[in-house]
Amino acid sequence: MTKKKHPQRPSRPLYDNPVSKWIDKRLPVFTFIRHSLDEYPTPKNLNWLWNGGSLAGITLLIMIISGITLGMHYNPDPADAFNSIERIMRDVNYGWLIRYIHVNGASFFFILVYLHMFRSMYYGSYKAPRELLWIVGVLILLLMMATAFMGYVLPWGQMSFWGAKVITNLFSAIPVFGDSIVQWLLGGPNVDAPTLHRFFVLHYLLPFLIVAFVAIHLICLHQFGSNNPSGVEVKKSEDQIPFHPYYTVKDLYGLTIYLLVFAGFVFFAPNFFMEAVNYNPANPLVTPPHIAPEWYFLPFYAILRSFPDKLGGVIGMFSAVSVLFFLPWLDRSKIKSAAYRPMFRPLFWVFILNCLILGWIGQKPPQGWYLIIGRLATLYYFAHFLIILPVVGWLERPLTVPSSISEYCKREHNRRKK
Amino acid sequence: MTEKKNKKNLHTRRDFLKLTAGAVGSVGALSAVWPFMDSMNPAADTLAQASIEVDLTEIPEGSGKTVLWQGTPIFVRHRTPKEIEEAEKTPLKQLIDPETDKARVQRPEWLVVVGVCTHLGCVPLGQKPTDPRGDCGGWLCPCHGSQYDTSGRVCHGPAPTNLPIPPYRFVDDNTIKIGVTDD
Amino acid sequence: MIRLFIIFILIISPPCLADATTRPPEQTHWSFATPLGTFDRSAMQRGFQVYKEVCSACHELSHIRFRELSALGFNDKEIKAIAADYSIKDGPNDEGEMFDRPALPGDSFPNPFPNEQAARASNGGAFPVDLSLIIKGREDGANYVHSLLTGYGSAPTDITLFEGKSYNPYFEGGQISMPPPLVDGQVTYVDGTPATVDQMSKDVVTFLSWASAPELEARRQMGLKVILYLIVFSMLMYFVYRSVWRNVK
Repeated sequence: MTKKKHPQRPSRPLYDNPVSKWIDKRLPVFTFIRHSLDEYPTPKNLNWLWNGGSLAGITLLIMIISGITLGMHYNPDPADAFNSIERIMRDVNYGWLIRYIHVNGASFFFILVYLHMFRSMYYGSYKAPRELLWIVGVLILLLMMATAFMGYVLPWGQMSFWGAKVITNLFSAIPVFGDSIVQWLLGGPNVDAPTLHRFFVLHYLLPFLIVAFVAIHLICLHQFGSNNPSGVEVKKSEDQIPFHPYYTVKDLYGLTIYLLVFAGFVFFAPNFFMEAVNYNPANPLVTPPHIAPEWYFLPFYAILRSFPDKLGGVIGMFSAVSVLFFLPWLDRSKIKSAAYRPMFRPLFWVFILNCLILGWIGQKPPQGWYLIIGRLATLYYFAHFLIILPVVGWLERPLTVPSSISEYCKREHNRRKK
Repeated sequence: MTEKKNKKNLHTRRDFLKLTAGAVGSVGALSAVWPFMDSMNPAADTLAQASIEVDLTEIPEGSGKTVLWQGTPIFVRHRTPKEIEEAEKTPLKQLIDPETDKARVQRPEWLVVVGVCTHLGCVPLGQKPTDPRGDCGGWLCPCHGSQYDTSGRVCHGPAPTNLPIPPYRFVDDNTIKIGVTDD
Repeated sequence: MIRLFIIFILIISPPCLADATTRPPEQTHWSFATPLGTFDRSAMQRGFQVYKEVCSACHELSHIRFRELSALGFNDKEIKAIAADYSIKDGPNDEGEMFDRPALPGDSFPNPFPNEQAARASNGGAFPVDLSLIIKGREDGANYVHSLLTGYGSAPTDITLFEGKSYNPYFEGGQISMPPPLVDGQVTYVDGTPATVDQMSKDVVTFLSWASAPELEARRQMGLKVILYLIVFSMLMYFVYRSVWRNVK
C-alpha cells in the first residue's frame, strides 16, 4: 500500500483543457475514462490470473481486426472458398501472417476464457453480488462457441465440411421439427453454398455482438469492482489502489508475455492447433477417418457421445453449458475463495482433472474403455454442479477468513517470509 | 539535501524508464499495423497478371477497339492520316497538359491509351462509330464533358491530364502486347 | 495437485492412433524441420525436376504459379523457359473458341487431366491428389510422403492385394493405387547427384514442402525479429511494473 493515502490527483492536461471540458459537458467521455481508470478502485491483491480478462479483450480485438482483413480477401463460395484461403496464404501481402494470427487467436481466446472461468470458480467470483457478471460471461462463451464453429467451416476443408455436417445434424434430434430445422439451418438438404454463405455472414456479425456483451460484462464488473484472491470485499481505502497506473501497467506487462507465447505459435508452430486433414478441400463423398472438433469443443463433444440416445446426447451437451448459468445458486457456500474452503478446494482440482479427461475422451473413438470413462466423467461433470457444490456448501467447515484485504496481504507476506 | 537529490534522481530514472517503454511499445504497435495495411495493397497474383495481345488486323482505319487489361479499358485506335496530321499540328500552347504526339505513339497510325478519364474515372465515348467524339475529334467523357483529341490529349477540362499510355510493344506489324515493354 | 496434472497431461498427450495395418512414418532429418531451418535450394531444384519428369504425369500442382519458382533460385528468363514448355488452354478468343498457348510465368501449373473423371478413368478409378498441399495436408507430412515413396515392398503372405493395388505399409490400409513411382536412375540430375530412390524422394519432398508453405522462411525470419523485440519490450515493461508497484505492500 502506498504510504500516504491517495491525495487528490493532480490535474491532468487531458481532462482539464477547455476543449476536453467543452466536449465532456456534452458527451461525458473524459469523465468516463477518468472514472474507469483513475478513480476506479481495485483490490490491491489481484494475482496474475486477473490478467485473463484484459488479455481476452485484447484477443477479441486482434480477432476482429485480423478477421476483417481476411474478410476482404475471402470468398464464401464452395467452388472458391478453399482457393481463396490459399490465395490469402500465398498472394495477399502478409496474408499468411494475418491468417495464422486469426487461426491461433481463436485457440488462445478459448485458453484465456477457460482460464478466466476456472479462476472465477476457484475464487468464487460468480457469487453475490456478481451473479449477472458471471451469467453475461457464460453468454459470451456461448457466442464465442457459435462464432468459432462457423469460422472453422469457412476454409471449406474436409474437417470444415464434416464438422458443419455433424454439428448441424445435432438439431435433427429434436422431435417432430428436427429435420425441418436442419434444412432451415443449412438452406438446403445438405451443407452447401447457402450454408457457407450464411455462416460467413454470421461469423462476421457475431463478434460485434460479443463486443456488446463484453461492454455489458464490464458495466456489471464496475458496479461492484473485481473480486480478489481473498474473496473478501473491499472494506477500507487501504484495501484498494486506483486501476491506473497499477493495473494498466500490470496488464500491459502481462500482455507482452502473452504476446511472446502467441508469437511463438504464430511464427514457429502455426498449425499446432489445426488438423492436417483440413488442408484437403471439402469432399462431400468422403468422410475423413478420424473426425474430431477443435480442442476447445472436445469436453462437450465427449459428453455428447456419452449418451446412448441421440436426443439425450444433444440435451446432455447443451445442459453441460447451460448448467453454468445456475452456478451462482448451486454453490451454497457464502465463502468465495477456495483458499478457505478445505472441502471444495481438492474437489475443484478434481473437477478440472475431470474436464481434461473429457477433453481427452472427446478425441477418442467412443468404444470400449473410452466410452465407459467418458460416461463416468460426464456423470461426474454434472454431479459436481448438481450434487457436490450444494452438499459441500452445507457440510463444509470453512477456515477463518481474513477480516480484510489488508489483513490477507499481511498473512501472505508472513507466509512468504517463512 | 542528499535525500532530495536521490529522490529527484529516482524520479528521473523512473520517467526515463517509462518513456523508453512507451517509445518501444509505440514502435512495436505501429509496426504491427503495417501488415494489416499492406494486405490491402494489390496481391502478388494481381500484380503478376498476364499481359494481353491485340490483333490489329481487325481494326479498320478510322475506328477503334476497346480491350480489357487488368480490369481497365484500353483504347486502341487506328488513326487516319488526317487525324495524325491534326494531332501532330496542334500547337502545344493550346493544350492543358502539353505533350507532343510523337511522345505518345510508337507508330503514328496506332494510338494506344488507357480509356479512363483523368478527371474522375469514367470511360469516355468515341470508340464506336456512332459515339460523339467531341470538338477535338477524339473522345468525349459523358460524366463531366471533358474532351480529348486524336492523340488522347485533353483539350477541354475539367480533366487535368492526358489519357495515360499503358506499357505495350509491337510483337509484329499486326499484333501489340499490352502490359509489357520488353521481353 | 499440479504435479498430478502434468503427469496426466503427459500421459494423454501422444495421440495413440493404433491402426494395425498402417505403419507410422519413418523419421528423417530435414533442413527445414528445425525452428529456424531453411529449404535446401539445390534439393528443391532437384525435387522440382523429379516433380516435372515423374509426378506431373498424373498429379496436379494447382496452387503453384511458375513465377513462384524464383524461390528455387531460377531467374526470370529460366522461369519463362520452364513455363513455355507447358501448354495452357485459354480462351475463348474473338471467334469464341478455346485455344492452346504456351504458359506464362503468371500461370498455375496446368492440370495433367482435363477433369477429375478423366483422371480417375486413366488411373483405375483412383484420383491422383493435388500435390500443392500434400505436406501440410497429412500428419507429419514430410516424413509421411518420404516413407510412402520409399516404402513400397512385396506384400506379406497374409495380405491379398486387390487388383491394381500395390503394397505400401505407410498408406492407410496398406494398399495403394499408385504403383511405385520411382526407380533408381529415373531422372538424370543436372548437378550430377546420383538419382537413387531415396535421394529423389528426399528432393521431391523438399520441393513439395516448399510448395505447401512457401512463406516458411519469411515467417521464421520475421518471427525471430518479433520474438527478440517482445523479449526486450517485456523486460522493459517488467521494470516499469516493478517501479510502479514498488510502494504497494
